[in-house]
Amino acid sequence: MDTAKPRRYNWLFFCRLLPLRIESNFMSDNEKVDKTRRQLIVATSVVGGAATVGAAVPFVASMWPSERAKAAGAPVEVDISKLGPGELRTYAWRRQPVWVFRRTPDMLQDIKKDDGVVSDPNSEVPHQPPYAKNEYRSRKPDLAVIIGVCTHLGCTPVEKTASDKAEMGAAWNGGFYCPCHGSMYDFAGRVYKGVPAPTNLWIPRYMYLSDTKLVIGKDEEGEA
Amino acid sequence: MASRMAALRDWIDARMPTLGEEYRKHLTEYYAPKNFNFWYYFGSLALLVLVIQIVSGIFLTMNYKPDAALAFGSVEYIMRDVPGGWIIRYIHSTGASAFFIIVYLHMFRGLIYGSHRQPRELVWLFGMLIYLALMAEAFFGYLLPWGQMSYWGAQVIVNLFNAIPYIGPDLALWIRGDYVVSDATLNRFFAFHVIAIPLVLLALVVVHLLALHDVGSNNPDGVEIKKHKDASGRPLDGIPFHPYYTVKDIVGVVVFLAIFAFVMFFVPNGGGYFLESNNFIPANPLQTPAEIAPVWYFTPYYSILRAVPPMFDSQFPGVLAMGVAVLIFFFLPWLDRSPVKSIRYRGPLFKIALAVFVASFFVLGYLGTVPTNAWGQFGAWLGDAQRATVVARIFSTLYFLFFFLMPWYTAHDRTKPVPDRVTAH
Amino acid sequence: MKKMLFALLFAPLAGLLVARAALAQEEGYPLDHAPIDQRDLVSLQAGARTFVNYCLSCHSAHFMRYNRLEDLGLTREEIEDNLMLASDKIGSTMTVAMTEEDGKKWFGVAPPDLSVIARARGADWLYTYLRTFYRDPKSATGWNNAVFPHVGMPHVLWALQGERALETRTIKEDGETKVEYEWKQLTPGALTEPQYDTTVRDLVNYMVYMSEPAGLVRKRIGVVVLFVLGILFVLAYLLKREYWKDVH
Repeated sequence: MDTAKPRRYNWLFFCRLLPLRIESNFMSDNEKVDKTRRQLIVATSVVGGAATVGAAVPFVASMWPSERAKAAGAPVEVDISKLGPGELRTYAWRRQPVWVFRRTPDMLQDIKKDDGVVSDPNSEVPHQPPYAKNEYRSRKPDLAVIIGVCTHLGCTPVEKTASDKAEMGAAWNGGFYCPCHGSMYDFAGRVYKGVPAPTNLWIPRYMYLSDTKLVIGKDEEGEA
Repeated sequence: MASRMAALRDWIDARMPTLGEEYRKHLTEYYAPKNFNFWYYFGSLALLVLVIQIVSGIFLTMNYKPDAALAFGSVEYIMRDVPGGWIIRYIHSTGASAFFIIVYLHMFRGLIYGSHRQPRELVWLFGMLIYLALMAEAFFGYLLPWGQMSYWGAQVIVNLFNAIPYIGPDLALWIRGDYVVSDATLNRFFAFHVIAIPLVLLALVVVHLLALHDVGSNNPDGVEIKKHKDASGRPLDGIPFHPYYTVKDIVGVVVFLAIFAFVMFFVPNGGGYFLESNNFIPANPLQTPAEIAPVWYFTPYYSILRAVPPMFDSQFPGVLAMGVAVLIFFFLPWLDRSPVKSIRYRGPLFKIALAVFVASFFVLGYLGTVPTNAWGQFGAWLGDAQRATVVARIFSTLYFLFFFLMPWYTAHDRTKPVPDRVTAH
Repeated sequence: MKKMLFALLFAPLAGLLVARAALAQEEGYPLDHAPIDQRDLVSLQAGARTFVNYCLSCHSAHFMRYNRLEDLGLTREEIEDNLMLASDKIGSTMTVAMTEEDGKKWFGVAPPDLSVIARARGADWLYTYLRTFYRDPKSATGWNNAVFPHVGMPHVLWALQGERALETRTIKEDGETKVEYEWKQLTPGALTEPQYDTTVRDLVNYMVYMSEPAGLVRKRIGVVVLFVLGILFVLAYLLKREYWKDVH
C-alpha cells in the first residue's frame, strides 16, 4: 500500500548540498589533501574561467547595435504647411513613428478636461524636453509632436476621437488608444489612470525652423 | 540474408558494444508499465513533431531569406514558386501549433497521474526546461515571416525586458541590436531559431529521456512497477517498450498524422489561430495593427500580463507575474504533498482545483486573443472597469491559487487507497 | 472520469471558435458572405480579367506570375493576348508602373500590394468592401466606403455599379443601440445589381486564388493523403493487435 502519511519535505535539505568541495569528487576522505594540487586546481580554474569570460566578450558585444544601426537616427525635417486642423501625420525618426498633429481648439479644451483622469497631469515624469512641460506638452499649443510608441510595451497607439465614447467609455474626451493592451492617452499624450502603461508618451526634442517647417530630433541644445 | 545481418551485428558488437547495450537498455529491455492509456501517446508524439519541425525547417531554410527587405517575399516565394514549398511551409506552421498542443497534453498527463512526483522530479524539471526552450524557439521563429503580427509580437515581448529595473532598457536594446525591432533583430532571431535553440532542445530531450529511463515510466495508477519483479528481475507489470509500445505508438502516430494532415490541407490557418490574418500584411514599424494578439499558445500568459495593473510607475509587476506563471511549474513536485500520485485515487479537493485551473487556463487563453475592450464595460458602480480585464484578473488569481494552495489541499484531501499492482488495462 | 477529463479539455475549444466568430461580427457594417467557389474556373477567369483591367493599374501583385494563370485553364496565348501588357514577359510577376511616392502623392497612401490581400482581409470583407462605396462630398476623392471609412481609394468600378448614397441611422431599442443602413442609387451603372454582385464575386474569387494558388490543389492532395493514412491506420492497428496478444 502506498498510502503513507503526507510527505513532509525538509526544505533545508537543499542547503546541505551547497558546500560541495572540488576534491570531494575525486578523493576519498582519508586521502590527504595535496596542497600543491589544490592550489594549482584553484589557480587554473580562476585563470581559465577569466579567459572564458574574456572569450565571451566579443560574442556578447556583437549583439549591441552596430555602427550602421546607430547612424540611422539623424534628425528629420517636416513641412507642416499643409497640415490641416485635426490632422495627424506620422513620420519616422530613428525608425520610430513620430506624430505631428494639429489639434483643434475643441481638442485643446478637451485636454483641460482630462486633468482629473490622467495619472500625471503636470508631466512630472521627465518624458519631455523642458519646453514641453506644460498644459499641452508642446511648444505651440495647437501643434503636438509626440513619439507614437506606447510606454507600456512599444506598440503604436491609434487615434480615437471624442465621438468614440461608446467604445472607449464615458470619461473619454478623445486621444490615443493602444490596441495591444488597451492603454489610453489624451490628445496631449498623457496616460490615463488605471491602464497598463505607466507613464506619458515621450515628446522628442524638436524646434521650429520657420512657421511651416520643424525639425524632429534636434533643438537649440543639439541633437538627441 | 538473416545470417549476414547477424554477422554484421556481431562485427559491430565486437567493436562497439555500446550500441547494442543502449538499444537494449532503451528499447527491448526498457520495461514500461502495461497499463498505458490514451494520455501516454503524447510523449512519443512530441518527439515525432520535433523531428517533423527539424526536417521541414531545414528545407525551409534553403529558400528563406533572413533579411527585413526580403523575408516576407521569400515566404511567399516558398508558398508559390518553390515546387512543394507550400506543403513544407504548412507542415512547419501547423507543426508549431501541434507541438504546443502535444506538449500541453503531455504536461497535463503528468499532472493528473503524478508523473512529476518523487522519484521523477528530474524528469519533470528537464521537461519544463524543454517547454521553456520550446517557447523561445516558437517566439524566435514567429518573427521570421516578417508580417505585422511577427513584428509587433516581437516588439512587445522584447519590450517586456524593458520593465526589469535598472538593466531593462539596455537588455532590451542588446536583444534587439537596434532601437526598434529591425533587420538586425531578424537576423539574430534566425540564428537562434535555426541553430542555437534547436541544439539546446535536442540536448534537453536526450537528458529528459535518460532521466526517465533511469527511474522508469509512471502509469495511470501511479504505482511503481519496479516494486514487484519476477525471478529474472523484470517488473511483473512491465512489458518491453519495443516491440509492444512501438507498435502501439505507431497507431497513435498515424491517427495524429491524419489530424495533422487534415489541418494542413483543409484548414491551414487553423481558424486564424495557427496563421493569423494580420501576418499576411508585411511588417510596418510605424503602424500597429488594430487588433494584436500573440499566437494562441502564449495567450494565457499574455492575459496574466495584461491583467496586472502598473504599480509604482512600472509595468514590472505584470512582467513578473507572467514570469512566475510559467516558472511556477518547476516547483510542482514540491508543492504537491498528496500521499497518492494518480488522479484515480485523489480526493475531490484536487479534482476541483484541477478543473478550476484548466478552466482558468482556457479562459485566460481566450481572453489573450481578444482586445481588452472586447466585452465592453461594467456600469458606473464598478467604476467603468472593463469586463474582460476584471474577468482576466479573477482567473489569473485562480491560476495562481491552484499552485499556492496546492501544499494545503493536496495534503488534506480525502484520498482513496492505492492498489499494490496496476489495475486492468 | 475519463469522459470528464475529455470534456474538461475539449469542450472549451469549440466554445473558443464560436466566441471568436461571434466577436468578429460585432462592430461596424455587417459583412456579407462571399459566395465564392475555387473550383469554378469560369468565375476565376472572369475575376482575373476584372483584376487585370481595373485593379492592376494602381495595385501590384508582386508575388503572382502571369504564367501561373494557366492554373485557371487559360493557355499561354490567351494570357499574353488578353491579360498582359505587351512589354511584360509571361514569367514575370504582376508589377505596376506607379511608384510608391506617386501613390502617396495621389491617394495619401501608396496602394498596397494585393498578392495576399485576401488572406489578410478575408473574402467576406473584400466582397462587402467592393460593393459598399458611396458618394461622400467631404472626402478628397468624392468617395467613401461603409466597411473602410475614409478609404483612400476612389470607387474604381463605379461605371459598373453606378453612384450610390448611404444613409446611416442610429436607433435605440430597449437600451441597445442599433445602426441601420439605407442605400440609394443616385445614377445607374452599366450593370444591374445582381450582375455587379457576380462581377465582384468573380473578382474576389480570383483574389482568394491569387493569395494562395496552392489552394486549388490543396484539398485534392489532402484527400489522397488522408486516404493513404486511413489504409496505414488499418495496417498499424492490425500489427498492434497481433503483438498485444502476448500481453492480454
